[in-house]
Amino acid sequence: MTDATALYDLPGPRTRQRHRLYAVASTAVILALVAWILYLLFDTGQFTRTKWMPFAYKGIQELLLRGLGNTLTAFAIAAVLSLVLGGALATGRLSDHRPVRLPATVVVEFFRAMPVLVMIFFIFVALKVQPLPALVAGLTLYNGSVLAEVFRSGVNAVERGQQEAAFALGMRKTLVMAHVLVPQAVRAMLPAIISQLVVALKDTSLGYLITYEEFLHAGKLIASNLDYDLPFIPVVMVISPIYIGMCMLLSWFAVRVSRREQRSPKTEAVTIATPGPGALLPGGEPPMAPKP
Amino acid sequence: MNVLTDNLSTYGEGFLGTLELIVYAGLLALALGFVMASFRVAPVASLRVFGTVWVTVLRNTPLTLLFFAVVLGLPRFGLLLPFQVFAVLALGCYTSAFICEALRAGINTVPRGQGEAARSLGMTFAQTLGLIVLPQAFRSVIPPVGSTLIALTKNSAIAGAFSVTELLGTYKTLNELGYNIVWTFAWIALGYLIITLAVSALFRVLEHTWGAAR
Repeated sequence: MTDATALYDLPGPRTRQRHRLYAVASTAVILALVAWILYLLFDTGQFTRTKWMPFAYKGIQELLLRGLGNTLTAFAIAAVLSLVLGGALATGRLSDHRPVRLPATVVVEFFRAMPVLVMIFFIFVALKVQPLPALVAGLTLYNGSVLAEVFRSGVNAVERGQQEAAFALGMRKTLVMAHVLVPQAVRAMLPAIISQLVVALKDTSLGYLITYEEFLHAGKLIASNLDYDLPFIPVVMVISPIYIGMCMLLSWFAVRVSRREQRSPKTEAVTIATPGPGALLPGGEPPMAPKP
Repeated sequence: MNVLTDNLSTYGEGFLGTLELIVYAGLLALALGFVMASFRVAPVASLRVFGTVWVTVLRNTPLTLLFFAVVLGLPRFGLLLPFQVFAVLALGCYTSAFICEALRAGINTVPRGQGEAARSLGMTFAQTLGLIVLPQAFRSVIPPVGSTLIALTKNSAIAGAFSVTELLGTYKTLNELGYNIVWTFAWIALGYLIITLAVSALFRVLEHTWGAAR
């Protein structure tokens, strides 16, 4: 937050007192809001025994765990395949040959511009694919295309002299890429890649919409059970922290890697911003933000 | 091929539904994002914490989970609203986190000296932020806000799966009517492309007129 201090001076005694007043007032408002929500929760009987009973049963715990396992399976497969597809598409886009470059560009631009859910539904409904492969295919096409842009901008961001020097030594393009540009680019790209994986992890929850039995789907099964008085809110309270926690862990890891990379002299030559989501626009997002 | 001509009204309804979602959710996101961004740079610690929690939590929440909580969960609270309002709430709050971050990054691009000069003229925090820093930050946030709104367009497809009339949802009706599913989807895809390209073009114009030349 040190940058933000450009907006205000170090407070003097009177300002400090004023700020303390603001702090007390805003804390009171926030606490009142929280209290009101808690009151609503109690008032509508969200903490009754029946509503929380399901989580005590072994069968239901196993159902949730299986859902979590399915979520992670879909994420793992989609992550690996996206990286592979992203690498392939980036190679295509960086090619010197127009017939290779053009199709790769069209594929990348198209899949970045399409809503993931439309692709997943298309594969699921029109091509009649099973839920898991449909989900993984949709995620792979989208995230692979975005990662291709990450890879491409990473390679392009390596200082020009590196490439020129390598060519001057008589290396061929393949060699320049493999030995000079890619190794330098990969380090700098790592945070952006991890942030994109956060997006993939978040999007596995779309599997819920095509009846893939993932975490949220397991939650829905429990939530819509009449025997437990439709425990929607308790289910949300149990599931959200786990989902959000997983994503936050991965985001935190991305930030950590990027901090380490920023200190490393090896990546000084390369800084890349993550390309926007389906960015048909110039410019980019603040680096390190998992994209919407 | 004639799915479109036969069902122009269905497609039209879906298209307009998507547009409506985007406009309302976009406005909500811009307003909330602005509030949260000012919270995050405010001198009061509790507001900063609130803004940070808001952004961190929402940015790491799967949108489907948020829709689940808002559309299916809130009614259990005794809050009964039309599905479309719920969808706008979910999309708007989610997107506001990204708008907030874009604005905050924009504030950081304004040279420090600008804020310092404003303060040395005796301006208050609100004046410094509102008259000096934000107008300049505004110029550099046009591209990221544009791509956030494009992402909002794409995310709005999820609303269809939660019983809101919008473009992707039309596939269900048309599928039941027995139309060729591939063409059905082709027209849906075209609809989304039209919107994203329009948003992109709009922001290109905005950037051309107001963008920061650096």
